[in-house]
Amino acid sequence: MRTIVIAFAAALLAGTAFADEQVIKLKPGPGLDKVEGNCQACHTLAYIPMNSVYMNAAGWSAEVTKMIKAYGAPVDDADAKAIAEYLAKNYGS
Amino acid sequence: MISRRHLLQSAGAAGAAALLPALARAQSAASMLSPGVPDGIASYVTMGRLPGKQPLIQLADRPPNYESPLEYLRTPITPNDKFFVRYHLSDIPEVKAEGYKIKIDGDGANTPMELTLDDLKKMPAVEIAAVNQCSGNRRGLSNPHVPGVEWGYGAMGCARWKGARLKDVLAKAGVKKETVEVAFNGADGPVAEKTPDFIKSIPAWKAMDENTIIAYEMNGQPLPHFNGFPARVVVPGWTGTYWMKHLVHIDVRTTPQGGFWMKPAYRIPVGIFPIRDRFLTQEDATSTPITEIVVNSLITSHRDGAKVKAGKVTLAGMAWDGGYGISRVEVSTDGGKTWSAAKLGEDLGKYALRAWSFDLSVKRGKTSVMVNATNVIGQTQVSKLLFNGAGYHNNVMQNITLNA
Repeated sequence: MRTIVIAFAAALLAGTAFADEQVIKLKPGPGLDKVEGNCQACHTLAYIPMNSVYMNAAGWSAEVTKMIKAYGAPVDDADAKAIAEYLAKNYGS
Repeated sequence: MISRRHLLQSAGAAGAAALLPALARAQSAASMLSPGVPDGIASYVTMGRLPGKQPLIQLADRPPNYESPLEYLRTPITPNDKFFVRYHLSDIPEVKAEGYKIKIDGDGANTPMELTLDDLKKMPAVEIAAVNQCSGNRRGLSNPHVPGVEWGYGAMGCARWKGARLKDVLAKAGVKKETVEVAFNGADGPVAEKTPDFIKSIPAWKAMDENTIIAYEMNGQPLPHFNGFPARVVVPGWTGTYWMKHLVHIDVRTTPQGGFWMKPAYRIPVGIFPIRDRFLTQEDATSTPITEIVVNSLITSHRDGAKVKAGKVTLAGMAWDGGYGISRVEVSTDGGKTWSAAKLGEDLGKYALRAWSFDLSVKRGKTSVMVNATNVIGQTQVSKLLFNGAGYHNNVMQNITLNA
């Protein structure tokens, strides 16, 4: 996890010098903090609205699982559940 | 050799972007989207300014995924500054020419070795015009939608790529007869420790194809950073996933590469697409790696719903395929009942975009226009999507409406 935090901090620092940085404001709601705290370590939050609105709860849950199992995202079970619920409620069909 | 820091933008590009109010940028970007992509994209998308690039549709900034608007594809050669950008992973170093090396090894190589950029440039050079199309181009148009980067029409371009033949490079290292695949790694990598590095493999026969090259020039210029500087793999006819950017490692293999990006990623169902180039060492009973580009066309002169004046309207666009060559492009204005041949433009080679144009006589009201390309082996576009879970190979004929 430490490497993630460091890499994320480095990306944020680099981002401040990068005028083209994307500003994504996700919908407020329970679980948003978990989304922001985990997902954007590796990628922009733009992938969420980009993939909306067409996925149902099962689809979003599968995406979260894919990030953990296939892409090795270090997200604990409780956060994963909160993220999937947030996505289904705010960006699900 | 590689500085692990992100590329800083040029002050000029940043200044130009800052002049445009954010709202205007967002509105203009939404109007650049292809009809049919998920509606959530319009809620955030802007025209992004990467260093050295014209404004591109900024689907994602990290990793950078920027699409060319339709209007950038009006010429059979896409200028470097209008060329789309696609990365999988977010740790993207700025690779310098000085000190850059490509390592060639693996159990199929007789003599492991390293090549510098100068070494590469001293080898016999070839230049080839070829379409670089993301495997996921048009994924956003899939119905139903499927998850991924939701590209419209513009995750593609065509450039003149100059470099050394991969087979010549491999000959320097000596390839054992047991070699089945040649795998590539680039300098970019993942942020999280456990994310699989982006490594892609091609069959030995494709690696030895005289058209497969390691390119260091794009349209007569050094490769732009965001298109793979200092050198990238160019696999004409095959989708962009194999065109490794910032190439640093060539792994000559006597066994199939077993990484995530070969399987389960970048797979198509066996049997549903008319594909000739099969990648047998990676194929299983149900899925196989995506390989050659399916025959396709794009109307670039008009967007769907464009307002035109009644009378003569010249419709124009591009057609391309996996390297067999385009034999004809046809246009229908009666929903596909009857077709008329379009005029083909200059032939820049069988892997390149082929321009076409067609003079329409447009009456007042709505005119529907369909286009279908056919290649020299008789393959055509489809009228109904061949659905697959990754949204690949969408070559459904366009059907746009002109309003006069």
